[in-house]
Amino acid sequence: MLKVQDLSLNLNGKPILRNINLSIHRGEIHSILGANGTGKTSLAYVLMGLYRPTSGRIIFEGEDITKLSVHERAKRGITLAWQEPARFEGLTVGEYLHLSRERGGGSLSPERCLEMVGLTPSLYLGRPVDQTLSGGERKRIELASVLAMEPKLAILDEPDSGIDAPSLDQVANVIRTLAKGGSSVLLITHHEQIAEIADRASSLCGGIILKTASPEEVVRFFRNHCRECLHVNRPEEELVRNF
Amino acid sequence: MSETFDRSREFEAIVEAYERGGGDPSVLLDRRFASFVVSGNRILSSNSVPGVVLEGQETETGVRAYVKVEPGTKVPFPVHLCFGMLPREGLQEITSEFEIGEGANVKFLAHCSFPNAANVRHIMDSRVHVGHDAEMEYSETHFHGRRGGTEVVPRTEVQVEAGGRFRNQFKLITGRVGKLNIELNSELKEGAVCDLEVKVYGRGDDEIRVRESVYLNGTGSRGLVRSRIVVTEEAQSEVLGEIVGNAPFTRGHVDCVEIVQGERAKAKALPLLQVLDPTAKLTHEAAIGSVDKRQVQTLMARGLSEEEAVEVIVRGLLK
Repeated sequence: MLKVQDLSLNLNGKPILRNINLSIHRGEIHSILGANGTGKTSLAYVLMGLYRPTSGRIIFEGEDITKLSVHERAKRGITLAWQEPARFEGLTVGEYLHLSRERGGGSLSPERCLEMVGLTPSLYLGRPVDQTLSGGERKRIELASVLAMEPKLAILDEPDSGIDAPSLDQVANVIRTLAKGGSSVLLITHHEQIAEIADRASSLCGGIILKTASPEEVVRFFRNHCRECLHVNRPEEELVRNF
Repeated sequence: MSETFDRSREFEAIVEAYERGGGDPSVLLDRRFASFVVSGNRILSSNSVPGVVLEGQETETGVRAYVKVEPGTKVPFPVHLCFGMLPREGLQEITSEFEIGEGANVKFLAHCSFPNAANVRHIMDSRVHVGHDAEMEYSETHFHGRRGGTEVVPRTEVQVEAGGRFRNQFKLITGRVGKLNIELNSELKEGAVCDLEVKVYGRGDDEIRVRESVYLNGTGSRGLVRSRIVVTEEAQSEVLGEIVGNAPFTRGHVDCVEIVQGERAKAKALPLLQVLDPTAKLTHEAAIGSVDKRQVQTLMARGLSEEEAVEVIVRGLLK
């Protein structure tokens, strides 16, 4: 479904992503693990069209979408849930979900989407998507809006951050539901527990993918090399060579 | 005042304009609702209800109105006010006095309609007195045609007694105004609360000027001055929100958002805070410029075009 070929990104003359090669199959959950500042969000932004890559190609369902706008990519079924989603004055949760459903062509009702992320529809549908929502509530609504779209590819940038630990299972279930419904998911996370629900995983450091394997292997790799790393974004040469 | 329309249809026509501006015409004929309908300098209808007195007098250029809510009266339904001018040209001067008695509670829904204006001046001079522990809400919505041929000048002086609450909302988002010059000054006594909100969409070469002041003169009084302005094409806006903390433990906040669409529109925000008592605390926030990029991108990632995304954001802001 998605093929990323030799993708590089420079921002202000600084290399952020370097020769990324990645593929995601239909209905597959692919998690990206990496420490802060290693290029995970930049990768999400390049795939959504918010950043233009310096070189490389993005192929989606056989079409080269490298030069398409955010809106054009969304029309083809790609969407992104931001790590810190925007707030909208005067736009209600119900309107936001309805708009996502209408544009994405999804079949789930806004009520059902809210229930799936653990929010009571009667309490939330009429509330504005503004500063009155807590960070956790806003993240759940972002996830609900992705569900409402029923996208072909959902890019989820740390959907678990700001969510209390007991609710992580709920986030994991939503991601599984997306995949069961046929969506592919690129899941960016810090949580090993969440990363392990993926079918495959990749470890990112210094804008380079160091390892792609089963989530168990990548989590083990992350634990051994990244969790207490004192040289973030300067991966050991041996690891780069091995990949 | 020039006459370019059929006088016999005046009530029907002004009500039609009222409806296009968002008003519910059925309430103007329902005796349970206090209402007052003015076209140009003519009072077309007036209905008082128990505890609410609505009196008016026609003048050469407009109407002098007196509104009194008896002490302790909790008015169950909003009081509907309809002001408008149907001719293309002319002057309408409304002078009004609102006396809200001690412990009373009332909400006014005012609609001002100028559907045909090419050269109309609408001046509204109001004096408001909100009594001890009384509550008054005044919500005014404007409906204008596309010509932008109106000069709207609402000037309001408000006094809120101890424990009283005053909320004012002004909305002009349908049609083009031309020139808008809002001036509101309020003085609050002990524990009183004042909440002011202005929402305006400026188009063409509209000139929008808003100046709202809250003087927190009583201990523990509180004020909020909020504005949401969108200017597009060659429209210009200037918003001054002023709060003066003049007494102990007063609290105030100025919150201004102005969105500028296009290269020729201009916006200016001037929050003005004065603390004259060391225990007073005033804050302000202002966001001025183009539509927030992250908001636009989020909606585009849901499948909206950039233009559609901006429209959703602006509509929400002015809702």
